[in-house]
Amino acid sequence: MQRKHILGFLCLLAFWIPKQKIQAQTEWDAIMMNKNQFCIGPMYTHSSWTNYWEGTLKRENLNIGRITTQSVMLMANYGITDNLNIMVAAPYVWTEASAGTLGGLSGVQDISAFVKWKAIRTNLGKGKLSVFAVGGISTPLSDYVIDYLPLSIGLGSTNLTARGMADFIQDSWTVTGSAAYVHRSNVTIDRNAYFDTEIRYTNEVQMPDAAQFQLRGGYRGKYLIAEALFTNWTTLGGFDMTRNNMPFPSNRMNATTAGLYVKYTVKNHTNLSVLGSANFTLAGRNMGQANAYSAGIFYAFYFGGQKGKNQSIKSAQ
Amino acid sequence: MKKTINIQNIFLVAMIAMACSCSKGIEERTDGLPPLNPVRADQDAGTWTPILLTGPTEFTVAAPISTASPDYRIQINEIKSMQSRMTEADKKLVEYWSAGAVLRWNEIMRELVALHNLPPYQNDDGTYPFPDPNNPLAYPLFPFANPPYAARAYAYTAAAQYDALVAGYYYKDEYKRPAPYVVDSTLQVMVPKTTLPSYPSEDAVVAGAAVEMLTLLFPGDQDFIRQKAEEHKKARMLAGANVRSDIEAGEALGRSVARKFVSRARTDRAGVAAGNQAVWTKLEEDTKARGEIPWISLETPKRPPMLPLFGKVRSLMLDSLTLVSLRPGPPPSTSSDQMKAETEEVYQAIKKASRDDIAIVHNWADGVGTYTPPGHWNAIAAEDFIRQDFSEVRWARNMALLNIAMMDAAIVCWDAKYTYFNPRPSQLNAAIKTSTGTPNFPAYISGHSTFSAAAAAFLGHILPEKAAAYSAMAQEASRSRLLGGIHYRSDCEVGLQVGTNVGSYCIQRAKTDGAD
Repeated sequence: MQRKHILGFLCLLAFWIPKQKIQAQTEWDAIMMNKNQFCIGPMYTHSSWTNYWEGTLKRENLNIGRITTQSVMLMANYGITDNLNIMVAAPYVWTEASAGTLGGLSGVQDISAFVKWKAIRTNLGKGKLSVFAVGGISTPLSDYVIDYLPLSIGLGSTNLTARGMADFIQDSWTVTGSAAYVHRSNVTIDRNAYFDTEIRYTNEVQMPDAAQFQLRGGYRGKYLIAEALFTNWTTLGGFDMTRNNMPFPSNRMNATTAGLYVKYTVKNHTNLSVLGSANFTLAGRNMGQANAYSAGIFYAFYFGGQKGKNQSIKSAQ
Repeated sequence: MKKTINIQNIFLVAMIAMACSCSKGIEERTDGLPPLNPVRADQDAGTWTPILLTGPTEFTVAAPISTASPDYRIQINEIKSMQSRMTEADKKLVEYWSAGAVLRWNEIMRELVALHNLPPYQNDDGTYPFPDPNNPLAYPLFPFANPPYAARAYAYTAAAQYDALVAGYYYKDEYKRPAPYVVDSTLQVMVPKTTLPSYPSEDAVVAGAAVEMLTLLFPGDQDFIRQKAEEHKKARMLAGANVRSDIEAGEALGRSVARKFVSRARTDRAGVAAGNQAVWTKLEEDTKARGEIPWISLETPKRPPMLPLFGKVRSLMLDSLTLVSLRPGPPPSTSSDQMKAETEEVYQAIKKASRDDIAIVHNWADGVGTYTPPGHWNAIAAEDFIRQDFSEVRWARNMALLNIAMMDAAIVCWDAKYTYFNPRPSQLNAAIKTSTGTPNFPAYISGHSTFSAAAAAFLGHILPEKAAAYSAMAQEASRSRLLGGIHYRSDCEVGLQVGTNVGSYCIQRAKTDGAD
């Protein structure tokens, strides 16, 4: 039953920073926890890059060298019903540059809460098709520095996400596709004037909304899940960094990543599961070409106990 | 099923909340300003002392045609015709420009500085290209509007506008041609009426001077500059404030006066301030010969120091002896206990920096891609001047002296930087990681401190009730550089002192130029 919790990889750490909100509870996978199931655990992520896209121009920057972002995120998931889950997560993030004089930053980033609802489940051919609706919010837990890219720990906006997702599974082989719209609030920075495409006499920065897409597929068995995934984050607006300029929170940040996700539930102790993931940035804009690796360990509990431990496994399929 | 409906409702509510949540528009501080309505017309400003002009009549403005003439009537009708076709965009233009000609051109210049304040990317061989004023649109774009370049640009443009307005006000008083709405009371007027004669148009004087100066300083942006000038002139006619001949005479005068400043700028030695390899090597050798550790670039590849000969640039107001007399004594020796202690102080400051400290560092950083510290002080001054309802000529005079003070601060500060060629804290202790970019020039004395103290001193003279606030802002700007890990205490303290001294010359000047 531990497999029911909805934990994910942090493909978003593949970006400048984990700014697109660490939605590690993957609100974008098709796995549900059963009613009264509660799962909690930490996940560590290491993400780094040396090349980045200045607008569309790929380059390195010897004055920052390699930018490394690490985080430890505490994640918790709970099954309100078999078809309705809630997920909460919050990371501590720290950054550093390997060259130059700029110092890194650290702090508690954004808390996120997502509700995932399995709205439709139907037979399709020999397999099963499920359709999900996911909604969530994330918002900063601390007054961290926003306008210090690429070394700030987050972008500071409060995000509302609406996601639609479809999943098909047959004989433990699965494919899942999802699309999300992310509404991002404006943010306030530490200076009272800035230049994006023109000069702005305010400390408020208009953050463009974003879209997110994911296609994933692979094996989803009783104990082992192994999937390949492609993810795209597209900022709907924003502007390009100009030549040799600094990045800015409202840049048009896009990234396409490819990765692997593996989760294993310990056979003779099914409350316990471990996961690992790797993600590589294939293409981007105004972002670093990051490679990100995550590892987590999770423990599941029951409240109420009206369900047998083994009953829940089926519901994932 | 019931549950499903509830959940559907939740999603519905969430979707609606997202759709209607906070409109994303941002409001800027100088949006929607009321039109300028000077408390004092300053009609006698033709008697004020100009900066470079020998007198207000150095450039002649021909007598205007009579307001009783048929040609003048045609010009009134031109306004009426424009007004009858006024669009929403036209109304926005009128609203924008009515806030003040000097204000808006100052903002435009700040925008050009921010656009151009980008250090060139290195060549493949590790050397750096230099922007070429004769080929401004080839990479690296001309100019690299770094703080000294910007300080000089702001000063020249403001001073040219001021001198042109002194001449303009002289001719206004000489010819006393009334405003078009005085001649024709049926004319629709969208700005506060004034008794100030309208020929030549003070707005067009400012625009003409701006176009001429900015074309020199930002030659790759001529289309943008001309478009702004066209909009400005159109706005004045749409508003019913000026007829075409007011505008044309004003623009011609502004351009003529500014050309004198352009000639001066071409020979003020700023064009050779970048130096060359021989200059850079000599700075290093001379510093070693004095037994001190020379500054080295902390960039990779090592970038030549920024404008090492800017200290030799001619001031618009001070002679070279005065400039040299403003040079501070040397910094603590790089081998002294004091320097060791000051380096340790920077290290501790960075290690202990609070969230508020970082906010101070970033608020005052004014680094790459910004309007620079002089631009920041222009913004501070402008936002306070808006509340004073100064006449255009008083706006120009205050902006001119403010920016001359900051240009002189740049000259004296850069002179000190390259006289002593003192290393940055991160050079003496690589463990010092900064919270803002390390500038690519020597530490002593702090540019931010010098600019800020000069500006604060002068602004305190113009608005004495805010003198203490300006001084506190200058101190905070200065301290931000220590908190950010890029300056020692000596850089900041001596910088503030030198800046105050530089500012005193413009205060002295303000007391005697006829405007106080």
